[in-house]
This record gives sequence, C-alpha cells and structure tokens, in this order.
Amino acid sequence: MLHIINKSPLDRNSLDTVLTTAVGDGAILLIEDGVYAATKGNAYEPKLKAAMAKFKVYALQADLEARGIADRVTDGVTTVDYAGFVDLVANNKTNQSWL
Amino acid sequence: MKFSIVVNEGPYTHQASDSAYHFTKAVLAKGHEVFRVFFYHDGVNNATRLTTPPQDDRNIVSRWSKLAQGSELDMVVCVAAAQRRGIVDEGEAKRNGKDATNLAPGFRISGLGQLIEAGIQADRIVVFGD
Repeated sequence: MLHIINKSPLDRNSLDTVLTTAVGDGAILLIEDGVYAATKGNAYEPKLKAAMAKFKVYALQADLEARGIADRVTDGVTTVDYAGFVDLVANNKTNQSWL
Repeated sequence: MKFSIVVNEGPYTHQASDSAYHFTKAVLAKGHEVFRVFFYHDGVNNATRLTTPPQDDRNIVSRWSKLAQGSELDMVVCVAAAQRRGIVDEGEAKRNGKDATNLAPGFRISGLGQLIEAGIQADRIVVFGD
C-alpha cells in the first residue's frame, strides 16, 4: 500500500498516524509540505529513519525544490518526479492520501 | 491502467489543485487513461471561468480546461458542492433561477454517483486535498 502524506510532521500528525497504525510493509510518499519530514537534521528525522525499517520512503522532487530543500534530503529517502509518483500509484494496489 | 483523480480543495489557497494537475498530466504522459477527474467540496472552485489571476501567475482554471481539451478529460463538478459555492452552468441557472453562469470549458456538473463510478471503473483513485 502507498501512503501519501502532504503535511509536515511538525504541523499535523498524519505521518505519525501512518507509522503507528499501518500494518504490513508499504511505501510512504511525501508530497507538498510533507517533504519537510525528509530533510536532514529536522526534529522528526529519527522517527522517519526508524520507520525506514518497515517502509520505503519517497519524496516528491518538485516539492523539495519548491521549498529549497532538495540539497538536504535525509539519506535513504528516494526522490521521485511526477512520473515516479504515477509509477508508485500504479505499482501499489491501494493508496491512501492521509488528509 | 485507468486512473481517477479527486480534487477536494480550491485553487490558490491549497496546493492540492496544483498537485492534482501535475499528477494528471504525468498520468497521461505515461500513456495511462484518466477515467475521470472529480471536483468535490471547495474543489469545485477550480471550475469557475471568471478566475482572473495576475498575468505572471499560473491560471489554474484555464490550465485544467486546456488539459481537458487536449486529452478529452472527463472533469466532473459535484452539483451540491457547486450550488453552495455558486458554480453554475446553463441547466443549473435555469433550474435555480440564476441570472448568470460561470462554469469553465471542459467541466460538467453532475452528481456524487459519478465519484462512486470513478472509484469502481478506475484501477486506481488518488485524492488530493488539504
């Protein structure tokens, strides 16, 4: 399953909700303000790194660039463009936007 | 693969409509089919042709219209959400006694059944909101 997160973990608890409730393996895609979770040194980084044992984590390149943080993406996070976003949706049978 | 896209927020306040637009474009560019784009809640505000952003800003509404024109997208606006927010086509204007219409080209007003159908008919449905 693909979990789509569009808010910073410092703003909303949607990423926290996924990390604590999602069962099985899956992928997390960070878009819009969600990409702030994927920056080196941010307060949420330890939690995200721990979550990488269970989830593959992706971040949308265009949203990283729009926020000027594309050069400090947390190690282990894979960046994707919109075509990659489409592939993630296609390759996961289900997806959920945690709004 | 067949995709449906749901847009739940209006233009300019939230990024949802921008994200949905770029995603829809990428779906088409990859050779997939877009079964429907459904505009719900404040998302119906993406469908007013009276939008006039500054010239150096993107025109979110006409951008959707152009995309629909080029790829025969089915862009559906929820009727109840549209009535609340003053998004009107000719049929609705007549039915509700309104003196104007503002639905942008490429959009059509219909019911929530179209959202259910979009979920049933498409292989994937992706929601963009706040």
